[in-house]
Amino acid sequence: MRKITFLQAVAEAQAEEMARDESVFLMGEDVSGNVYGTSGGLLEQFGPERVLDTPICESGFTGVAIGAAMVGMRPIVDYTIASFMYLATDQLVSMAAKSSYMYGGQTHIPAVFRAAMFYNGGIAAQHSDRNYSMFMNVPGLKVVVPSSPYDAKGLLKTAIRDEDPVLVFEDGNLWGQRGEVPEDEYLLPFGQANICNAGSDVTIVAIAARVGEAMKAAAVLEKEGISVEVIDPRTLVPLDKATILASVGKTGRLLVVDQGHRTCGAAGEIVAIVAEEGFWDLQAPIKRLTAPDMQIPFSTALEKGFYPEVEQIAAAVRELVKE
Amino acid sequence: MPVDQPLLLEMYRRMGLIRCFDEAVKKLFDSGRIPGSAHLSIGQEGEVVGACMALREDDYMVGNHRSHGHPIGKGAGVNALMAEILGKVTGVNRGKGGSMHLADFSVGSLGESSIVGSGLPIAVGAALGSRMQKNDRVTLCFFGDGASNQGYFHEAMNMAALWKLPVIFLCENNGYGVTTPNSRAAALEDISARAAGYGTPSVIVDGQQCVAVYDAVGEAVERARRGDGPSLIEAKTYRYHHHSEGPLYDNMTYRPDEELAAWRERDPLLLTRQQLLAGGIAEADLDEVEDSARREIAEALAFAEQSPLPEPAEAFEHLYRTPIAAGNSGVTGNA
Repeated sequence: MRKITFLQAVAEAQAEEMARDESVFLMGEDVSGNVYGTSGGLLEQFGPERVLDTPICESGFTGVAIGAAMVGMRPIVDYTIASFMYLATDQLVSMAAKSSYMYGGQTHIPAVFRAAMFYNGGIAAQHSDRNYSMFMNVPGLKVVVPSSPYDAKGLLKTAIRDEDPVLVFEDGNLWGQRGEVPEDEYLLPFGQANICNAGSDVTIVAIAARVGEAMKAAAVLEKEGISVEVIDPRTLVPLDKATILASVGKTGRLLVVDQGHRTCGAAGEIVAIVAEEGFWDLQAPIKRLTAPDMQIPFSTALEKGFYPEVEQIAAAVRELVKE
Repeated sequence: MPVDQPLLLEMYRRMGLIRCFDEAVKKLFDSGRIPGSAHLSIGQEGEVVGACMALREDDYMVGNHRSHGHPIGKGAGVNALMAEILGKVTGVNRGKGGSMHLADFSVGSLGESSIVGSGLPIAVGAALGSRMQKNDRVTLCFFGDGASNQGYFHEAMNMAALWKLPVIFLCENNGYGVTTPNSRAAALEDISARAAGYGTPSVIVDGQQCVAVYDAVGEAVERARRGDGPSLIEAKTYRYHHHSEGPLYDNMTYRPDEELAAWRERDPLLLTRQQLLAGGIAEADLDEVEDSARREIAEALAFAEQSPLPEPAEAFEHLYRTPIAAGNSGVTGNA
């Protein structure tokens, strides 16, 4: 099968959906310029109205997307950097998430909000946010965290066709990663986790780029005779509890790996679900590996080690099987 | 454009409906029948109705937290609005929104948001959508003097002007943001002056004169439909009640009694009634219009009171349009 990058997968998903449905359009800062490589060729194919460059005003243009969605359009908003979503949080929380509900279903907001997470790259505290967990706390939003080019394309296409506001967090560390992506059209459903590696001793649930690290750890541990099941939830809202609980039912041991901060994070939520609903299956205390509750420093000497990598993950699994 | 008598009479009827509606809400609130808060627009009916009636039925309108009147002005039926006020299942939002979100999408409401200023970019987005869909609908956005100090105002004005979108920004300048006078919140007295910064035409109108508002909005609507972009209209008006109902504002002295009394003399219903009489409408006909408005609101109240409350399970509906499958968390409560 052909291999393309994560960025190309995002670009393909957008181009295919824009060609399929003329209510789909892309908007954001510098989108026509294809600065990051997810909108190449779109301007030529669809024109400046559907590849709409916006002024630098995240709160305003997020409201514009929501208003357009209310009258039947399907906007894709590209924030480029996830930290910029904070400027738009009022619109995301008070309007996108709440309009269907508080108007009793009279309207709904079929909009996609794409945000890239550029951490582990020396871009310091204000550009390194991995902030999906904040939005998991907002009923009405859906939260997507693809971990491969294949998932990025299939999940983004589903997001564009979904009738609700969907936040897609793209891990910038994966943008250049190449992976198999079929030429033929496919969509990936929300709320269905991917069992990336089947195993029987320990379950690892990993998010976005941590999936790759978990897979590396599984390969290392395999040689040591430890069989690891690696689960990628793919979407955090909705979250496929059933697959995670079934895996823990089989292995009795759980490690959750997340590049987000620790307190009230996605890992914490997954751990809580298993503690509540899978407790009697557990043969060892649950573990999680996360980024520390610390701002992200600039110097690579300082940032190194903030996000769980293969060695830490393997060590945590070895601890778990000792119990 | 000259306003003919039947149109003016219809404006008078809708203004009367809004006045009676809000008076009924006031009574319900004072008797403890309404949970939460209620923001009344009594005193502002002239600008509400004048602006709404300059629109076509299929045009869009965005309201705000003080928006009982906006959907009525746009032609919404009052039964579902009153039922919503009482949290009934027959309410326009099935009891999910209440007083601060009284939007009737069937008449073009695109929400009545109670986050001050947040409707401004929504209106710009609706106008962008209309243009992309190649229809000639326009969007009217109501916001207050308080909202004009939010960044939203400037971002929305800039984008609407930049993209020449069919939006009419209607500033309902009632002089106060809660208890703070506009003079202590805004660097310039007139909100309309800010339009120059975006190359957008603007005008100040007497918000108590529904015809003045109708004319100004009508001109802006024509401009918008022609593809010539947005306009800003500042209607100087006044709310007789405080920011919201309830004991919070009892004995507040942020505005002098004489000021309120002077505005009451220029009551929008009174001015319109005088105009209709001067135009030759019989007093008895005007009385009949007022009586019919009272009857309609009384019937709406009866409808609302007789309507059932929503089933508790409805609290878990309408969050998502594309549902979340069973077995997933996402809509989760206590086990």
